[in-house]
This record gives sequence, C-alpha cells and structure tokens, in this order.
Amino acid sequence: MRNAFADELTKLGQEDDRVVMLSGDIGNRLFDKFKDAQPERFFNCGVAEQNMIGVAAGMAMNGLRPVAYTITPFVTTRCLEQIRVDAAYHEAPVTVVAVGAGLAYAGLGPTHHACEDMSFLRTIPNMVVIAPGDAWEVRAALRAIMRQDRPVYMRMGKKGEPVIHPGPIEDFEIGKAIVIEEGEDVCLLSTGNILPEAIEAGKLLRAQGISARVVSFHTVKPLDEACLSEAFSNFKRVVTVEEHSVIGGLGGAVAEWAVDSGADARKLLRIGTPDKFFKLSGEQEFARDRLGLSGEHIAARIAAAK
Amino acid sequence: MEAAAMADSPDADVLRAQAARLRYRVIEMCHASKSAHLGSSLSCIDVLTAAYWRVLNIDPANPQDPGRDRFILSKGHAAMAIYATLAMRGFFPEEELLTYNKDDGRLAEHPPANMLPGIEAATGSLGHGLPIGVGMALSSRIKGIDHRVFALLSDGENNEGSNWEAAMFAAAQKLENVCVIVDYNKWQATGRSNETLALAPLREKWAAFGWDAHEVDGHDMDQLVRMMSDVPNGSGKPVALIAHTVKGKGVSFMEDDNNWHYRAPNAEEVVQARRELGLA
Repeated sequence: MRNAFADELTKLGQEDDRVVMLSGDIGNRLFDKFKDAQPERFFNCGVAEQNMIGVAAGMAMNGLRPVAYTITPFVTTRCLEQIRVDAAYHEAPVTVVAVGAGLAYAGLGPTHHACEDMSFLRTIPNMVVIAPGDAWEVRAALRAIMRQDRPVYMRMGKKGEPVIHPGPIEDFEIGKAIVIEEGEDVCLLSTGNILPEAIEAGKLLRAQGISARVVSFHTVKPLDEACLSEAFSNFKRVVTVEEHSVIGGLGGAVAEWAVDSGADARKLLRIGTPDKFFKLSGEQEFARDRLGLSGEHIAARIAAAK
Repeated sequence: MEAAAMADSPDADVLRAQAARLRYRVIEMCHASKSAHLGSSLSCIDVLTAAYWRVLNIDPANPQDPGRDRFILSKGHAAMAIYATLAMRGFFPEEELLTYNKDDGRLAEHPPANMLPGIEAATGSLGHGLPIGVGMALSSRIKGIDHRVFALLSDGENNEGSNWEAAMFAAAQKLENVCVIVDYNKWQATGRSNETLALAPLREKWAAFGWDAHEVDGHDMDQLVRMMSDVPNGSGKPVALIAHTVKGKGVSFMEDDNNWHYRAPNAEEVVQARRELGLA
C-alpha cells in the first residue's frame, strides 16, 4: 500500500499543481520521485506533527491540496486537536494519510499500534474516513480524495500486502463499498488492510457450506447505507472485520447505524481488536492470530455464531 | 528596547486616537456581555491598530483577495479586540458588535471559522495560529503570490510546544514573509507568565530558534508601524517582535491587574474608563 501511495501521489503531483506532500520525517527515499519532480511542493516537516497538520491546514485554506503523512499514531492521536480545529473545523481539504494502521507495525510495540484511530477521527465533524483494502484501492481513493473538497483521513497498512483487485478501479467512489466475493448466507464487511484475512475467512466458510459475501467496506465515514440496508435485509448474519478496536471503528459505526435505522442489530457480529494493549513482541501475523483476526479465526468465530 | 526614544510622529497621535476608540468599544462589549479576557484584549489594541490602519495590505471590500496580507489573532481569547478592529476597519457593520456573545450571532467568545469577513483562522485553542500561518506563507511561495503573514501570540501562549515546532520549521524554510508578534503583557490566566513557565529571555529564545527577533514597545505606534512594515526585512529569516505591553492598557485601574483577565466592568467603571481614554 505504501509504495502504491507514493507512486500515485507522485503522478497526482505532476497532474495537479495544488498537491503538496508533507512528511513527518519518514519514508526515506520513498518520495524521491515526488521530490525530484516537485521540489517546491515537498516538505519534510520533521518529527513535529502538530505543526505539520497546522501547516497543511494553512495551505489548504489558501487553495492547495496538502497530504500529510507519517506513522498512524503520530499523524492521528499526536495531533488530533490540529486535525479537529485546523483542518476539520475550517473545512480545509487536508488529507491525512497514515501508514502502519492497526497491527501493521505489531513488532514495534503499542506505541506504534493504531487500533483506536478510526474511532477518534470518525467523531470529528466534516471528516471523511477511508481504509483501503489493497494497493489499488489506495490509488483509487487518493484520486477520489483529490476530486472532492473535504478533509480526509486515509489509513493504510504498510508495504507488500496481497493485491486483491486485478487492476485500476475505475468506478471507485468514496462511501461506496466494493463487493469482492458474492455469497448468500453471511456478509463480511471488511475495512482496511485486513481484507485478505476476510477473503480467506470467506473461502473457509464456503468450504464448510456457508456461502459468504465479502465486501471491501473501504469508507467508514460516510457509511454506504445502501450496502448496509441490503446486507441486513438479505443476509442471516452481517460481520464487520477490521484491524481496529471493536469500540468506535467500522463495527461501532455499523452498530450505531443498525440501531438508528431499525435494522436487525442481532444479525451483527463485530470482529476487531479487543479493548486492551497488545504488549507481546512479534509480527502482524502473530498478533492477528493471537487476537483472533486471522482468516481461520474469523471463519471459526462466524461459524460458531451462526 | 532597541530603538532609541524618539518624538512621536503626528501620525502616532492619529493612531492613538483610533486605539482609544477601539479600547472603549471593547470595554462596552465586555460590559454588555460580561465576558472574560478584557485585560488580554486591551494589551494588544495598539498592535492591532498599527497593523490594520497602517501595515496590512488589505481591502475590507475584498476580504478574500488572494494577495492580501494575513493577520491571525492566535491569542483567540482577545476576540473582542479583533472584532472591534475588523468592524471599525469596515469588514462588517459596527452595529454587529452589539451581538457579541449573544444567542444566534457570529461573534462568539473566540473567533469562528469561515463565518466572519477578516477572520483568517478560528482560534481559541492556543498554539494553532502560527503553524497555520506558516502554511499560508508557504502557499504564498508555492503559488507565487506575494503576501505576508502576521500572527499575534500571547506570552502565555508561548507555553504551547506547537509554536516551537512551527518556529523551527519556519526558520528551516527561511520564511521571511512571516512575522510573529508576542503580546508580552507578563500575565497569563492565573499567574505571572515568567513564573509559570520560564519564558525569559523570550527574545533570545526566538532568536535561538532561528528568527530575527526584536524587543519593541507594544504601545509605541511609530515603532510598531515601522517594525511590522519592514517585514520581510532582508534578514532572510522570519521576524519575531517581542512586544512589551501592559495588560489592561489604557485604563488605570485595569492596568497590570490580572483580575481583569476574567472580570467585566460595571456601569460606573465603564464611565470612568471612557473618561480616562479621553473620550468623555
């Protein structure tokens, strides 16, 4: 995802002279092409994220389209007030891009984990919250972001995740979920970098005779209400899957929507990280396995709940 | 003070008279609304007067002109001062000042976003104005539209780390079209600013962070006009003006008395203030 982001942003930078890249002193060499092509529109803002977001907001107020990028906790919770006041309150089209969301940087410990970010960002008025499911969704989302005028938070995994889509997603729309696999019994709504595990869970369920639809629910705000209405009407069970706390992320948002819209909330199963810090050493795959977020665990939890 | 004491220019008298009218409007607003932050508003009136009547390249009839100078009241709690300034300078009708802090109006106790002509950034949470201003100054460079950015900070606001992040970034970017003015009235909400956090030596701090930093008399109109007009001043650095001011300036019984951070004057005090301001 990370490399796709850098590559697509470099292209966008060449096409659109409003695009400015702000980095919080990460991505060594990652943005070399952007820097070479647009040196006057690339800024290493240092390890100073509050300033980076304020600077981005000031640029956006003056007609530019800044993208502020660093590791998830540092570009969200560290500077949450700047996102809230400088970007969102001013309706300034700042794009906050986070790398290493969820447990992508599991091995770096809880300071670098980000399983609460969507809940914080989602409650801020005017914010759009997007969690692309693969590299093609990252590229399509970035282009869609530049076509609209609201502040956006986009959370990505790291690099080297499985690529799900066969190629560019021409009809990508913010707030419109994408069906990856069709099915009839259970509907898995996956957001962000855990999409490959949700697809794996779908396969395992099908092998057990449970027909599973798998959806890349890439936009957590605004919700694709048509997708939700259809899912709650036509499926016996709706499952949210995210590498994020079960509090306040996609599962929380869908639960709120279900209660408000009169959908049968009993159909909802929320799969995410528990309400605790994950302190053990180990990489993402280990953390997913331990927290019940591997494809196998997800399938087993859905089968058990059926 | 760097500048030798000089006789005031005739223009300084004109500006002082304008500042007295502004101070009285602010005192009236505070009395009518019983809101806080009168002392903080009065200490920065002379800076605002010099900026809005002499320094800034602005057109109240065209408040969104891309080439305008930006002035950000980062110490948003002095909202009464910027509201009175913008109204008297013609950005919106003076009668609207009567709606300050009333239900269903545009003039809240801190300046709002995207609502009021002349307000460049919504402030109230301290430490936001300078980073935003630095972004505006960089956009001026990127877009090739020359303008300056002035950010007025309180001394207490220097407590916020985000300012120092912005200070180092602006210096690294050699943003000579940015000017910070610190309203150094020596008080913050509940105590002496230098006893709360160790601000002193403040000019040296800004200089150490890469700024062309000067101490000025924040009530000397000629000096304020000259120092702000000089931006960019050829130093190749962003400019910091540490403006020594008096909290509650202009009314004897408010000056340097921090009770006026929260107090509002009664009717009798308003009359006395008017007399002291030479408007009776």
